[in-house]
Amino acid sequence: MKDLTFDFFVVPFALALIALLGILAVKYSGWIRGFSSEDKNLMRKGIFSVKSLYALKEVFTESLLHRKMFKRNILLGYMHMSFAFGWFLLILTGNIESRIYSRVHINPPYYPIFLKYFVHDKRVLTFELTSVPGIFRFLMDLILFMLLSGLVLALIKRARSNWFGLKRTTRHTVFDRTAITALWLIFPLRLLAESFTAGQYLGGGFLTNNLGRLFANFLPVEYLSYPTWWAYSIMLGIFFITLPYSRFMHIPTEVLLIFLRNWGIKPSKGSSNISEIEVYSCPRCGVCLDACPVYAVKQNSTPPVYFLQTVRNNKIKENVTFDCLLCGKCQEYCPIGIHNNALRISQRAAFFNNSNGSFDYLPQPLIRKADVAYFAGCMSHLTPSIKKSMLSVFTKAGIDYNFLDADGSICCGRPLIMAGKEKQARLLREHNRNLIIGSSCKVLVTSCPICNKVFKEDYNLNIEVLHHTQYLLRLVEEGKLNMVKSARKVVYHDPCELGRGSGIYEEPRILISKIAELIPGANERTDSICCGGSLGNTEISSGKRHEIKNLAIESLLINQPEIIVTACPLCKKTLQNDTEIQVADISEIVVGALAKNEPATTHQKMEINPVLW
Amino acid sequence: MIDFGYNINADRQIDYDRNDRRLARYILEHEPTFRICISCGTCTATCSAGNFTYLNLREMIVLIKRGEAKNIKSDIEKCMLCGKCQLACPRGVNTRNIILTINRAIERLDF
Ligand code: SF4
Ligand code: SF4
Ligand code: SF4
Ligand code: SF4
Ligand code: SF4
Repeated sequence: MKDLTFDFFVVPFALALIALLGILAVKYSGWIRGFSSEDKNLMRKGIFSVKSLYALKEVFTESLLHRKMFKRNILLGYMHMSFAFGWFLLILTGNIESRIYSRVHINPPYYPIFLKYFVHDKRVLTFELTSVPGIFRFLMDLILFMLLSGLVLALIKRARSNWFGLKRTTRHTVFDRTAITALWLIFPLRLLAESFTAGQYLGGGFLTNNLGRLFANFLPVEYLSYPTWWAYSIMLGIFFITLPYSRFMHIPTEVLLIFLRNWGIKPSKGSSNISEIEVYSCPRCGVCLDACPVYAVKQNSTPPVYFLQTVRNNKIKENVTFDCLLCGKCQEYCPIGIHNNALRISQRAAFFNNSNGSFDYLPQPLIRKADVAYFAGCMSHLTPSIKKSMLSVFTKAGIDYNFLDADGSICCGRPLIMAGKEKQARLLREHNRNLIIGSSCKVLVTSCPICNKVFKEDYNLNIEVLHHTQYLLRLVEEGKLNMVKSARKVVYHDPCELGRGSGIYEEPRILISKIAELIPGANERTDSICCGGSLGNTEISSGKRHEIKNLAIESLLINQPEIIVTACPLCKKTLQNDTEIQVADISEIVVGALAKNEPATTHQKMEINPVLW
Repeated sequence: MIDFGYNINADRQIDYDRNDRRLARYILEHEPTFRICISCGTCTATCSAGNFTYLNLREMIVLIKRGEAKNIKSDIEKCMLCGKCQLACPRGVNTRNIILTINRAIERLDF
């Protein structure tokens, strides 16, 4: 055994590692120092609590094993896992292995990494798995093999991204490309360095020993091994130095993010440092590209992967920031769980400095008190059959209700929030809040999912807020509505704000199943495609909206339904202009199913025009 | 002069050279559909804010094009950005973006 624990080739690695740790320390402490006192408190309470254990578990399943990536595609999952978990195991096992050889307990950090240069243990035969060092050699070679298999997959992914469940892959920056080249070279160089050394001195595991002996037959391994160790160290150095400026910054940052999230720190209104940490946690995996309907119609800079890049580089473009439907599909796909909508909205706010608004022109009506308050919202006023259907249901079920915005639509304020005008939205909220509280209702029912979301999340109402899908289902289950089931085939379109936005997927489906035969579309639940009408996007042209709508319709019609049912007035209005088949709101089909049972009066028939079964 | 019950109206000629068309140019640059409005007034008819105030998007568009939008700032503030106008517009004018663009122009061009 050579008793040697230093060589100059470790310098590039060591210096780069020190620099990297320095940069990370500066960045992270800056972020954490900038936290609000509330967030800092959460941190203090969280650190030594069981929450940290959950965080550790999540780091293991997500950052190392890439569980979510596996769920999306096995090859993609394996590729990411082999790099992340493989490298982690290499460091961990390497450290344990180095303890076996070293006589001291504290080694310089480079020692395990370059161990095979410093130690060539000829006492152990290659496949001798009975001795402890032999087992470690075997393990280390196995892990290296796993890493190299990931590398092969990464190369294949370049040419065949669809095998990995990705239709499209991301464009990379110069730093990304440098870092990835270094990363891809690190492991082959390690293999060569270890093999050459093994060829020179014998030793090594099943991989490096055999390769080494093979090389020794026709290569001057004794001259090649030393420069290869240098190259390996330099490559590690390049990777570490470029890491903070490339997509690989996500590796350490994601771990920090997971801990912070588990301690309860969330992005708040008006952005916060955790949002910035999210920005740096994006590995530019490109999974969001395939999710994004705006990207599907060739608006290339919309998806989060590119948007986040502009935020990170401080090169935010106004049109890119606003050219997003806020449909939330990218969020559902994102393996890191980045709150892209919140981030985008907070960036939008930055474009308005002093936009005031005053809604003091709104009248303060006298409010009759009732059990149930109904808020139709602007969009239902634009699709009157929905509002009338709801009023008819209230009457038929004998509900004591109060129609809050009967005298004209007052916006709930969410469209203003979506446009980045939170200050103005607050004024509308105050007005509506007075209306709702004044009605002393126990339940607030809305027809528009946009209103529903904002009432639930931003109004602080302390009363039950239900979307009409939920409320209608409740009435049916309480036996207040008798419906006749028909055999018509219905497909359900999940509105973004109701589904992904508020997590309401099941109630509409249960309700429809009671009325008709529910058949699936191609993109269901979290995977549904936005109708294109979203108020989230203020930039998009009507032509592009149209293309997105066609994508949605195509996906809905796949199983030849007779009718498309949705639960959002805006979706209904958007979809209905372009399909041969009927588009209806869920409240309309409920009224349709009632109508047969207890025929509506002629007056109602004319007004509501219920969906005929 | 004998009053015959007639009088001469004040000059109503629109002098495009004298009018301030910066706002119109700014909007055109940022929202091209500003051009295709046919002044049908559907937006105004459906407007949520117009239900309670004298917010008139059709008129506003006409006046901006002429360079005569005087009360633009106080008018535009009343918009709730609800999007009804946009959904109703038969020409596919991106009215919400026009409103946001006016907001930005007010800040940036110092109106
Ligand atoms: S935002 Fe999420 S899905 Fe998109 S590239 Fe980043 S991590 Fe991947
Ligand atoms: S919210 Fe929708 S439109 Fe916006 S980036 Fe995500 S997927 Fe694309
Ligand atoms: S209208 Fe419906 S599908 Fe379209 S954006 Fe809104 S919620 Fe999404
Ligand atoms: S967006 Fe503004 S202008 Fe358009 S209908 Fe709503 S309140 Fe009126
Ligand atoms: S509805 Fe459209 S076309 Fe008609 S006046 Fe308004 S913006 Fe112009």
